[in-house]
Amino acid sequence: MGKKSIIPFGPQHPVLPEPIHLDLVVEDEVVLEATPQIGFIHRGLERLVQTKDYNQFIYVAERICGICAFGHSMGYAETIERLMGVEIPKRAEYLRVIWHELSRVHSHILWLGLAADAFGHEALFMHCWRLRERVLDLFEKTTGGRVIFSVVKVGGVQRDIDKATLDEFIHVLDGIKDEYEQICNAFLNEPSVYNRTAGIGVIPKADALDLSMVGPFARASAVNYDVRMLGNGAYGDLSDFQPILSENCDCYARMEVRAAEVPQSIEIIRELAAKIPDGEISVPVKGAPAIDSEACNVLEQPRGECYYFAKGNGTKYLDRMRMRTPTSQNIAGMAVALKGCDVADVNMIVLTIDPCISCTER
Amino acid sequence: MGYASKSPWVIHYDASSCNGCDIEVLAALCPGFDVERFGIINTGNPKHADIFLVTGSVNERNISVVKQIYDQMVEPKVVVACGICACTGGIFHDCYNVIGGVDKAIPVDVYAPGCAVRPEAIIDAVVQAIGILEEKSKALKESKKGA
Repeated sequence: MGKKSIIPFGPQHPVLPEPIHLDLVVEDEVVLEATPQIGFIHRGLERLVQTKDYNQFIYVAERICGICAFGHSMGYAETIERLMGVEIPKRAEYLRVIWHELSRVHSHILWLGLAADAFGHEALFMHCWRLRERVLDLFEKTTGGRVIFSVVKVGGVQRDIDKATLDEFIHVLDGIKDEYEQICNAFLNEPSVYNRTAGIGVIPKADALDLSMVGPFARASAVNYDVRMLGNGAYGDLSDFQPILSENCDCYARMEVRAAEVPQSIEIIRELAAKIPDGEISVPVKGAPAIDSEACNVLEQPRGECYYFAKGNGTKYLDRMRMRTPTSQNIAGMAVALKGCDVADVNMIVLTIDPCISCTER
Repeated sequence: MGYASKSPWVIHYDASSCNGCDIEVLAALCPGFDVERFGIINTGNPKHADIFLVTGSVNERNISVVKQIYDQMVEPKVVVACGICACTGGIFHDCYNVIGGVDKAIPVDVYAPGCAVRPEAIIDAVVQAIGILEEKSKALKESKKGA
């Protein structure tokens, strides 16, 4: 038995695009305990609701996180619409879900690339990010932005997508399918990747429920929960929706789940693009939330369930805006998964929860 | 700038950015924009890096980390502030935990604005940074001759 020592991991680390600090208590190359420290990205943006009115705050909400930017603006807008009792046109709901699913496609491909980088497969990382550019081109064409879109507003959306562009969406997404399958083949069937991920960072289903994990991280531990199956907004019009689950509970299972969610999202976009009704894309929203009115909302972000809460005070400025983001739920699971792993597997496990630190710390 | 005498390596650190600029920095390094054709490689080690790409504004918690990475880099070195948050604090400038742009912590040579900064703007800023790096390294050589 060796001596216990502490290895600092982060905040600046080659595998992390974002800063998080872990103190790893190590004995003989085995991690006994991992203590996360956060706060490097804390800005305090929830308090900006006091100086920006509910229409302006949507631009702040969008900048909570650059990867799930669309999800946050959509979740915030839905919360305010619920708070003020606004009903938005069907077409706007469909457009929101189409863009949201498209951002799930880009987020998962981005994650697959980062995961490949974490286990040392740089060529695969480059391939994933090359594929992702094609999805970003669709965003740029319809919203004007690549990562921050500013296309949702309280009461609907700012821009419409015409029929020809929707057809192009399907065409491009069909076009990347072949390449995507080849990349998935490398992830899921290559022995070198399998040996690096299978049986690593196991969290059984009971623990996943205890730790209230969410998103693909929980679904890889067979937790049957996905906010999309509640059927909010245009999700209710889908003919069928089944969450993708895996029983293996390890890093490999998390890759499997995310890899399968991309084609699922593409199918959702295809179905909604075929069904989308004609009509207005927004309704005018006037007035202010009533005194002591409260509303909450849940949304399935690419990383899992995100919860929004808003409280009005009779003025245009909200009294309180609160988000509970998926990564803040999953960090506890990560600390448990790190217990007993090898030092070499730490970056792989940290990456498989798909940490989004700027969501967590805001 | 005619040619660069060496391949500049970059180090990237996310101060308190929303991630948008970070993924654009990574996207610039990947095949879509491919800055590797200018000899630019991303490194995780500050001691190997010539150009420091910082995204996001500094806050109380990370100002020491930004300073430490800068101090660990070997002269000559250039700092590029990527995105409007790194330049001035951007939309978050009046948040209680935001001190301001990166120039509140370390000297910044090139500013690349945008929310999120576009990869083309990053490439433009890095190419400018390479020019500044050349000048700095020339000045460093001159000062050594004198000594």
